[in-house]
Amino acid sequence: MASVSLEGLTKSYGNGVLKAVNDLNLEIEDGEFVVLVGPSGCGKSTALRMIAGLEEISDGGVWIGDQFVNDVHPKDRDVAMVFQNYALYPHMTVFDNIAFALQIAGMPRDEIRRRVEDAARTLELTDYLKRRPGQLSGGQRQRVAMGRAIVRQPAVFLMDEPLSNLDAKLRVQMRAEISKLQRRLGVTTIYVTHDQVEAMTMGDRVALLRDGNLQQVAPPSVMYDEPANMFVAAFLGSPSMNLLWGELGEVSASGTTLKLGGQTLLLTTEKIAGLRRLGAYANRAVVVGIRPEDIYPAADRPGATSKIRSNIDLVEALGSDKVLHFSIDARQALVKSSDSLDELNHGEAGKAHCVARLNARTPLRMGDDVDLVFDTDRLHFFDGETGEAIR
Amino acid sequence: MVTDRRLDSRSLAAHRRTRKLRRNLRGIGLHAILIVLLIAMLYPVIWMVLSSLRPEDEIFGGLGLIPKSWTIENYVKGWQLSGNPTFAAFFINSFIISALAVVGNLISCSMAGYAFARLHFPFKWLWFALMLGTIMLPIHAQMIPQYIFFLKIGWVNTILPLVVPKFLATDAFYIFLMVQFMRSLPAELEQAAVLDGASYWQRYWRIILPLTMPALVTTAVFTFIHTYNDFLGQLIYLTDVKSMTVPVALRLFLDPSGGQSSVGGLFAMVVLSIAPVLGFFLASQRLLTKGIATQGFK
Repeated sequence: MASVSLEGLTKSYGNGVLKAVNDLNLEIEDGEFVVLVGPSGCGKSTALRMIAGLEEISDGGVWIGDQFVNDVHPKDRDVAMVFQNYALYPHMTVFDNIAFALQIAGMPRDEIRRRVEDAARTLELTDYLKRRPGQLSGGQRQRVAMGRAIVRQPAVFLMDEPLSNLDAKLRVQMRAEISKLQRRLGVTTIYVTHDQVEAMTMGDRVALLRDGNLQQVAPPSVMYDEPANMFVAAFLGSPSMNLLWGELGEVSASGTTLKLGGQTLLLTTEKIAGLRRLGAYANRAVVVGIRPEDIYPAADRPGATSKIRSNIDLVEALGSDKVLHFSIDARQALVKSSDSLDELNHGEAGKAHCVARLNARTPLRMGDDVDLVFDTDRLHFFDGETGEAIR
Repeated sequence: MVTDRRLDSRSLAAHRRTRKLRRNLRGIGLHAILIVLLIAMLYPVIWMVLSSLRPEDEIFGGLGLIPKSWTIENYVKGWQLSGNPTFAAFFINSFIISALAVVGNLISCSMAGYAFARLHFPFKWLWFALMLGTIMLPIHAQMIPQYIFFLKIGWVNTILPLVVPKFLATDAFYIFLMVQFMRSLPAELEQAAVLDGASYWQRYWRIILPLTMPALVTTAVFTFIHTYNDFLGQLIYLTDVKSMTVPVALRLFLDPSGGQSSVGGLFAMVVLSIAPVLGFFLASQRLLTKGIATQGFK
């Protein structure tokens, strides 16, 4: 087992014109489970393949433990990788698939048999050792791929979207199994995914990439509650955070006001106290973010002072809760995965589409007029120019 | 307006019948055409097989298919030919050359194919283009320089000129076949093997080669048929009667100077010479079409 550190890791194509991974710095502790997440094409798989040694490193360095591994052959890096399509050898039995690395290493037969059977027991594959990958279900193939990684007892696991070929139900099950297995074995793991649920639930820490640039590294709950910028805020969470243009009023001892289109919210002093830099934005436009679960019907919050009146466009009943789509008189702020935040300024004025997640028993229907309360303690503020969080 | 939407079972049955009839008629017509074509193509072969079983003087006596009297005399005389060597020697010569050519092509073409498909080396694309260029060069243009070359190194009248080049990956077509097939295998399989610690050789031998089985079978079948049927190459390089192969030996039955030709013996030996090709093809046909279970990649 070992720590992994990436220093200024860069992958560029076409003489540096295109940077798939740009100056990535990341310290991963021994035994830690880190999830690399981001939209497709953000460079997360490329970063993983550079750590594995399957991709040449353009700039920067990779350390595994104390060893500088840039020029070390993949087989000598002591890493095991689980591929998106599992890359099982179709002509070999499950036993041979799992044993392949050990056979190559010239391990004695008895030892190989013992290790493979141990791994098979752990992964409940004992009954399938004589089958070929083609005769297994998707979940079983996934487990064989895991078995192939754990049987080598490597210093680091690298997983490249290992669950993306499974159906939704199996994915939930395997997600938990991989997490449990990693906790038990305590092997440093780097896990690449585009699925934010996997990112939120599996990792000790999450690293979010966008266009090759690292946006934020933090434990999942911190990332969710304190996103570093609008992109992080919009990427994590489903439905994603509502982002609106608003205008801050004068900051005084009693608090401040926030104008969202024609409606005004009162912000208490306690809320602003935590945000030291907010004062600098007085009388200026900022982007306000609120998560769908932080919006309530006014009826549930009798004490609330500032309500927002709206008409319901659509209600999606998910069984466990209800997702409410409504429009409010404000300007929408949009985030797209691109280098600039230009799109921010083009939201249509006066018609911002918002989403709220409410209790399943809320008796609201499409077309109803409703008073909604924004939990002002849970608002997020972002600089409209840079997209950075204001704290 | 109220329409009766209930289905009339009798008219439905009639409709089904006419549709079935039309489908059957079309099937019958198609089969009739195919059968006529098949007879036209098979007739000469059938005629030859039956002619080999009738007395020599009866062969050109009539156009009838069925012999008046049956005999295996043609086979006995044809097999003996001029006494020594018999046709057994020619068959053995043909099999030795064909088998060595198959082995040579399988080894060398799969290795060259792997190199072109998966390894990185300087000027790879130039070499690949040059190799493909050799396919476009007509063999008649290569024949004389090749002959002179083999004559100078003293290989003429041995099987070496027919066999050694196969071990040096000279059949560009089969290399191309291998390259295309290996490129279609997922790259992750090999990357997984790299991480598992496999060397180039181990990756080739344990991962790529077993998965290339359909292309290997194709190469084996076509190399065998091509070498076994090759007349020109064997005619040029094998001059001694003892080292002759089946296609070259069949020529011995005909006297080009207008003397006595033994057509009956010729037909009998041609029939025998078809058997190995047919057998080899039938035996490998299952492998050709089946391929290997390549599911399991995903």
